[in-house]
Amino acid sequence: MELPVLNNTASEAPKGGCSAGSCGSTDDQMSHLPDSIRDKVKNHPCYSEEAHHYFARMHVAVAPACNIQCHYCNRKYDCSNESRPGVVSEVLNPQQAVKKVMAVAATIPQMTVLGIAGPGDALANPERTFETFRALSEQAPDIKLCVSTNGLALPENVEEMCKYNIDHVTITINCVDPDVGAKIYPWIFWKNKRLKGREAAAILIEQQQKGLEMLVAKGVLVKVNSVMIPGVNDKHLEEVSKIVKAKGAFLHNVMPLISEEEHGTFYGLTGQRGPTNEELQELQDACAGDMNMMRHCRQCRADAVGLLGEDRGAEFTLDKIEAMDIDYEAAMKMRAEVHAAINEELESKHAAKESKLVSIQGLKKEATRPVLMAVATKGGGVINEHFGHASEFLIYEASSDGVRFIGHRKTIPYCEGGDTCGDGESALDVTIRELSGCEVVLCSKVGYEPWGPLEAAGIQPNGEHAMEAIEDAVLAVYEEMRAAGKLEAKADAAQKAA
Amino acid sequence: MALEIIESCVNCYACEPLCPSKAIYEAKPHFLIDPDKCTECAGDFEDPQCATICPIEGAILDENGVELNPPGSLTGIPLEKLAA
Repeated sequence: MELPVLNNTASEAPKGGCSAGSCGSTDDQMSHLPDSIRDKVKNHPCYSEEAHHYFARMHVAVAPACNIQCHYCNRKYDCSNESRPGVVSEVLNPQQAVKKVMAVAATIPQMTVLGIAGPGDALANPERTFETFRALSEQAPDIKLCVSTNGLALPENVEEMCKYNIDHVTITINCVDPDVGAKIYPWIFWKNKRLKGREAAAILIEQQQKGLEMLVAKGVLVKVNSVMIPGVNDKHLEEVSKIVKAKGAFLHNVMPLISEEEHGTFYGLTGQRGPTNEELQELQDACAGDMNMMRHCRQCRADAVGLLGEDRGAEFTLDKIEAMDIDYEAAMKMRAEVHAAINEELESKHAAKESKLVSIQGLKKEATRPVLMAVATKGGGVINEHFGHASEFLIYEASSDGVRFIGHRKTIPYCEGGDTCGDGESALDVTIRELSGCEVVLCSKVGYEPWGPLEAAGIQPNGEHAMEAIEDAVLAVYEEMRAAGKLEAKADAAQKAA
Repeated sequence: MALEIIESCVNCYACEPLCPSKAIYEAKPHFLIDPDKCTECAGDFEDPQCATICPIEGAILDENGVELNPPGSLTGIPLEKLAA
């Protein structure tokens, strides 16, 4: 059955085109949502692109058991040097998890969200997961509680989840077709049997869809994660996006497959590749015609702590938490103050933006070609990271329609200082490769040495907008390019092609 | 008649709540099965539950020391790739 689609041809439209709900600047990602939902997500770093610059999240690894196997997962998950879902350094019991959450809440007041995402499946460990939530809903009521699940055990747990203020659930849905599913899931554990192949995938899909419908009926906010696996489900995910949107999921997050031989996964060992940055963006744009897309996901570990893109987990190991002396009452007061200050800052930014939008719309500029720019930031929504210290860059697209957030690209910091400087040259090569397609890189500072190679690769380094708001700076640079006549050539070609 | 968990166990807890005889217990460095209590699920389930949910190939042995989930049987990874 084909569902009606308004605009699923975004990938063929000019890239500067205005995909549904994300016209203008990035936080408009949320602008079409009802107030009740916007209120729920405004300080959730995983659900709001804007919030992720300011608010932090943490995962507690209390759920090691899993009821399915995915071809991108290796259940020997104990590794401190890998940053990807399903990996943790230590599994906690619920008491230890609560202690850790309280310690992080006091140390990182920006932490507003606690998720249970594994390292197995949160709902394959219902006692451990719910005991943690029960305690936290009593002891830390200002923290939002979230669950990530593969969906197999979702329907039977919806009722219980609703008891603990869990108003955000993420379901990983990689397919709605059992034949596709059979290539992703080698087995599921179902009614005391291990089932394989198409039969297993069909049951998993049915449970996921049923769980999604039940949650939406209960008013729980549902995000759908999908792993993009080239040649397996890449074409299929547009259909997945349509269906989950029609059923009421409010956000779709298409993530790239992470697949390396050394991970020891089926995909890693059989040479299944992940998508390129361009392939991922193309699919996200194609799905964006149908629904609100998440593009800022960092695919964090099941025990990650901090702002998205950073992991301060090493500061909160069990032995370090034991040694901490924390005044919870003072911490709770400080948290309230910090949250109020951030919300105030965001509100004044929104007000400023609204007045600016009116003036931009009044100008009615001629259409110019879109430009991708990379930005180095460590949070706060401003350009405040040195080029050589950035382990990731945020990618923005400027066009005559405004500025929109596209995604992030990870890299090796060009110069961490000290012993890694010897590798400076190859790290720069990695960064240049990762920034392919970008014409500008904005950072608070950029050294003399990387300048030449970046320029030679067609990426203009720019350190003139340090500490400025990202979108303002991107727009300013775009306007400079327009004034310098750099936006015309390709726009003519695009017009001729159209 | 009893099954055995060996050192490749990753302590994921999945088997412990499923055991109808409460024969599985948390231990260091990994979970263990009390051979006096284990019935291999005879009379309760068609398949021994621990070996049916265990995600690690080779981690559970039968009474003859035979792997209930031999290499490649769960992940589908070809044997020549596993060996490499």
